Amino acid sequence: MAHRNTGYHEGDDTRGSPEMWRVVLFGAAAGGVYYLARRTRQSRRQRPADSAPQYVRQHRSGGYAVTGRTVTIARPRNEVYAFWRDFTNLPAFMENVRSVDVTGDLTRWVIAGPAGSEVTLETRIVEDRENDHISWRSTSGSDIDTQGSVSFRDAPGGRGTEVEAQIAYVPPGGAVGRWIAKAFQKEPAMQGRRELKRLKMLMETGEIATSSNRRPNA
Amino acid sequence: MRALTWHGKHDVRIETVPDPEIVNPRDAIIEVTATAICGSDLHLYDAVIPGMQRGDILGHEFMGRVVDTGAKSTLKKGQRVVVPFTISCGKCFFCDKQLFSACDNSNPVEKQDVTEALYGHSVSGLFGYSHLTGGYPGGQAEYVRVPFSNVGPIVIPDGFEDEQVLFLSDILPTGWMAAENAEIEPGDTVAVWGCGPVGLFAIQSALLMGAARVIAIDEYPGRLALARKLGADTIDFKQTPVLEALMEMSGGFGPDAVIDAVGMESHGFAPDTVMDNIKQTVGVGADSGHALREALMAVRKGGRVSIPGVYGGFLDKFPLGALMEKGLQIKSGQTHVQRYLKDLLDRIREGELDTTFMISHRLPLEEAAEGYHNFRYNQNDWTKVVLKP
Ligand SMILES: NC(=O)c1ccc[n+]([C@@H]2O[C@H](COP(=O)([O-])OP(=O)(O)OC[C@H]3O[C@@H](n4cnc5c(N)ncnc54)[C@H](O)[C@@H]3O)[C@@H](O)[C@H]2O)c1
Ligand SMILES: [Zn+2]
Ligand SMILES: [Zn+2]
Repeated sequence: MAHRNTGYHEGDDTRGSPEMWRVVLFGAAAGGVYYLARRTRQSRRQRPADSAPQYVRQHRSGGYAVTGRTVTIARPRNEVYAFWRDFTNLPAFMENVRSVDVTGDLTRWVIAGPAGSEVTLETRIVEDRENDHISWRSTSGSDIDTQGSVSFRDAPGGRGTEVEAQIAYVPPGGAVGRWIAKAFQKEPAMQGRRELKRLKMLMETGEIATSSNRRPNA
Repeated sequence: MRALTWHGKHDVRIETVPDPEIVNPRDAIIEVTATAICGSDLHLYDAVIPGMQRGDILGHEFMGRVVDTGAKSTLKKGQRVVVPFTISCGKCFFCDKQLFSACDNSNPVEKQDVTEALYGHSVSGLFGYSHLTGGYPGGQAEYVRVPFSNVGPIVIPDGFEDEQVLFLSDILPTGWMAAENAEIEPGDTVAVWGCGPVGLFAIQSALLMGAARVIAIDEYPGRLALARKLGADTIDFKQTPVLEALMEMSGGFGPDAVIDAVGMESHGFAPDTVMDNIKQTVGVGADSGHALREALMAVRKGGRVSIPGVYGGFLDKFPLGALMEKGLQIKSGQTHVQRYLKDLLDRIREGELDTTFMISHRLPLEEAAEGYHNFRYNQNDWTKVVLKP
């Protein structure tokens, strides 16, 4: 059910000038990030806290890798909350989630792994405040140690709902673990960013944009 | 189907590719009856816009007949439509503000990463353009899949020839928005750099909006003659220094508003252009901006700067001081095409706008590569090429 746009393969990007652009851009960005990270590490300790979410300046917390992202969706808060709260909706916009199975407080996730393999994850809802906040945590039987939360706020000026999602996880050992670590660390915020944007598309327009000219073979 | 595909710098080919099909609920499939080559296509032809891939189908100015519709399309089979080059969802914050080329939901998410890194934000999807704007297959083809077909396409009533309305897809609204962005007041002198199709429509629009005088700048006598026919005065930058001429022709004021309808591939051998071209050729993402620099220098204090010309990266030696110290105002953007369609169709019906005068060549789609070559290298005679699949 979570199939989508396969017409354009990421690998195709690595040809000709687009690749050059990526290299130039990401090279410059990486250099900048390294420089800034060093500077901030040196000076953060003496600084009073500001108003930005913590995950913007800190990507690790007590052994967990942390990533977060906020998106504004032009739909009422109760509608966005209700859509997310029904976890079986999540594979519709989460690329790697193959299936979701809900029994009471427990949710079993099957996630696409490397080379056609699958990773399973079991989470328990830790907190659920209607139209406001959901948080979850993996159970001991899971392949991944992870916790996450999503908050829903009214956006200013009647713009809809601000959805802020955060995920923290400890990658497990072994080959699968290394793969997961790599997948997450390569572009820490990218996956989350893409998923929230797909959610936004789905909620605002009822479809997820694709430039593919052909339906994926189901 | 047959379609024009991109294979690298100055290499476009007509090939047989799979027909498009309905993918999403709001899609429609259009059988193309007319399509045109745009100055923006030349930036792709010259490979100065990043994010192109081999085999991409080009073309963003097209119209045709609806042959298939998704469950939520509002179009009906058989309707004749012109399709805006900007793809817009009609539901997001930006579409709501009629900023259609800023649509949040039409650029596929996996295409947005690079655009965000390059521009800070991703922008709307565009047909037949770079993967930075979605990599959507374009309209220089027999068939096109049109997403969000309930928002973009305008249904054309009987009584219009294809060629009268085809340019609603891009260059007519682009010229119009360029003039609108110049915020013309009665008595204004407006200078327009570039007498390509966009510049010519900007000239026509500026005069309609009440400019007292329009001064058009280009090097090609053929294109300058078209500008004169519309009622503009002209400067041939190959024989006359533009800045000095503009100052003298506006009584020492400088034009009240300036329009850069040239974009990132400014011609000529001014020192800044030569430097720009070297950087562009070695691919460091530098745009050539002679026309824009000149426009910023020429415009009067407190004047308005309108930039329909396309830029894709970074510009060196941008006269930021002139902008600040003279208190200028700049407006730019890919055109919010959907915003203007109804009004402009009415103006075509009323005969207020001449939309066909610039068409110099009509070719079958099969000869599109020849059209590109000539539109690029014989600009004096080849002002606008219409292709028929
Ligand atoms: N904003 C938009 O949505 C939008 C839409 C369509 C086209 N465009 C852009 O508008 C620009 C013009 O498009 P077009 O189809 O008219 O292209 P074109 O290539 O046919 O015309 C450009 C003209 O500019 C002239 N020129 C070049 N250097 C000049 C200089 N230094 N001074 C004065 N004139 C100069 C050329 O001789 C040519 O006649 C392009 O950059 C195109 O990408 C923007
Ligand atoms: Zn165009
Ligand atoms: Zn939109």
